[in-house]
Amino acid sequence: MTTESKVVLEARDLTRVYRRGSEEIRAVDGVSLAIRRGEFVSFMGPSGSGKTTLVNLLGCLDNPSAGELDLAGRGIFGGGKKLDERALTRVRREVFGYIFQNFYLIPTLTVRENVALPLAFYRKPGVEAEVERLLAMLGMEHRMDHLPVQISGGEMQRVAIARALVNRPEILLADEPTGNLDTKRAGEIGDILQDLNRNTGLTIVMVSHNPDLARLGGRLVEMRDGKAHEI
Amino acid sequence: MITPFQVACKNLLRKKVRTLLTLVGIMLSTWVLVSLFGFNRGYEKALNRDIENMGYQLMVMAKGCPYEAATMMLQGGTGLRYMEQSMVNDIMEEAEVDKITPILMQAFFDPNKGESGGIAGYFGVDPDSYPAMKPFFRFRSGGWFRDNSAAEVVMGYEAAELEQREVGDMTLVPEKNVQLKVVGILERTGTQDDGTIFVPLKTLQRIAEIDKITTIGIKVKKDADITKLENKLYQLKDVQVVSFSQVKQTIMKLISTARVMVLSIAIVAILIAMAGVVNTVLMSVLERMPEIGILKTMGAMPGDIFRLVWTETLILCGIGGVAGIGFALLFARGTDLLVRRILPYAPSGGLVVIDGGLALLTLGSIVAAGLLSGLYPAWKAGRVRPLESIRRDG
Ligand SMILES: Nc1ncnc2c1ncn2[C@@H]1O[C@H](COP(=O)(O)OP(=O)(O)OP(=O)(O)O)[C@@H](O)[C@H]1O
Ligand SMILES: [Mg+2]
Repeated sequence: MTTESKVVLEARDLTRVYRRGSEEIRAVDGVSLAIRRGEFVSFMGPSGSGKTTLVNLLGCLDNPSAGELDLAGRGIFGGGKKLDERALTRVRREVFGYIFQNFYLIPTLTVRENVALPLAFYRKPGVEAEVERLLAMLGMEHRMDHLPVQISGGEMQRVAIARALVNRPEILLADEPTGNLDTKRAGEIGDILQDLNRNTGLTIVMVSHNPDLARLGGRLVEMRDGKAHEI
Repeated sequence: MITPFQVACKNLLRKKVRTLLTLVGIMLSTWVLVSLFGFNRGYEKALNRDIENMGYQLMVMAKGCPYEAATMMLQGGTGLRYMEQSMVNDIMEEAEVDKITPILMQAFFDPNKGESGGIAGYFGVDPDSYPAMKPFFRFRSGGWFRDNSAAEVVMGYEAAELEQREVGDMTLVPEKNVQLKVVGILERTGTQDDGTIFVPLKTLQRIAEIDKITTIGIKVKKDADITKLENKLYQLKDVQVVSFSQVKQTIMKLISTARVMVLSIAIVAILIAMAGVVNTVLMSVLERMPEIGILKTMGAMPGDIFRLVWTETLILCGIGGVAGIGFALLFARGTDLLVRRILPYAPSGGLVVIDGGLALLTLGSIVAAGLLSGLYPAWKAGRVRPLESIRRDG
């Protein structure tokens, strides 16, 4: 990583407060950090420390209560102004791909159809061939016409990764991508993410409880009580 | 490449039994609906045909003339009033008149009838114009008279029974002692024509020594304004007008109650189908919250999700509607029989008439009702926020 690498994601004093009755929970409490293009950042920390909440803010899945967020120099959140679903969607589909602990494949669609599904709603030019290419790259070419129930958990997460990448996002957001997998499968998914980061320059923002996985990235951030600490 | 339409179809196949039950509900209500529409259309047609079979829609009579043969008989033929035969030509001038026929009603006392004698009703009719008024008359044997002054009679079914006459027999006109030859005997019609003896108009005028008539039967042109003609006829001096459109109106009023009942059943059926659609689609939306959230992280706009869910509704209603119409066409005969049992008065012929236009209209209504019921689930799905739906599952 060179100092010239452009900052793609910059958070300043990002804060998210949840209200539960009269109680206020500062799930993310004034986090400032910058993520450069091609970085692989891992967030670790105890349960309830605000990892998911922070990553969701970075991924424009949620509006912050306060603070600012810039995407490639463009102001997304700031000045207390909230973006509506349509505006958020427009930002998300341009920049992000997401994977989650539960893979959320559509059970009625085949592997191939699941990966192609995002293109039914939004399609960047020239991505038509990506479905086959990604599935082949992830070693799923022999499972293209299987339904999700017919493949293993590790394979499901590969399909979810292919689906997240089909529109060529700049940043992949992964919230505990191996949380539902055994050590071996988790390692495989880790290797895939690392390869993607190294070979294609994909920026990855990941949350993981697994120290081995978290150390794959060049950068480790620890969350504690809503605050971020670089390690 | 996968399309939202395919996604919608595959989702409906996910819970096959639920989808099937919803389809059956939609199908049944479409069936009821299209049959009802068909009935509304068919019934009036059939009734009009029946009225047509009554012969004339209007009767003109001299004022004070009892127009029911029964009344005429009760009065023993003394109360009859007459009008000039030239009146026929005057009325013929009216634009609305299609066919017209002069009739002379006469009643003679027959001492041999019953124990103390009775009244025999004679209709003097014009063989050139009268048969066209009653095209549904069927002869049990024989046929109409040769001409307007022939010494012949045609007997109604019961009249012939009563006098034990066959074609070729002679019959005596009581009081007047004139012999006439029976040339035709009618089949039973279920009307007062059954008890009537028809004689050529000129012959009856000669026998009764009258050169006038008592009644004029009028058939109105198709689509002509009967009320307008009625009003014009009321302007004529010393006549009264009896209209079968009044009779028809009475019958229509009678069945409109039955129609209201059937209509409310149809509305209930549609409401049940709609509730079924809302339930099915809403359930499937609630079950799929995380999936819908994921679609949103993929770049689906609220409108995309709305359309996806709405498409499911459309597919359900489209298939259910087409199946319902298919069944309605298949079992139209059975529906006919059923409706006949409920109704106070059912005309002959097809009561439930379903054609292409009607089928399309019904399909349109069902799809519209379905889309209406899909509105809420689709709106709810469109509003799902990716985060909430994913976390709820977490
Ligand atoms: N929708 C919500 N409403 C109220 N409180 C919330 C909501 N989401 C999260 N919280 C609270 O915010 C805090 C941070 O939650 P978050 O999910 O970010 O933690 P996390 O670090 O991801 O934990 P885990 O490792 O268990 O996934 C927790 O105290 C949680 O209870
Ligand atoms: Mg979490």
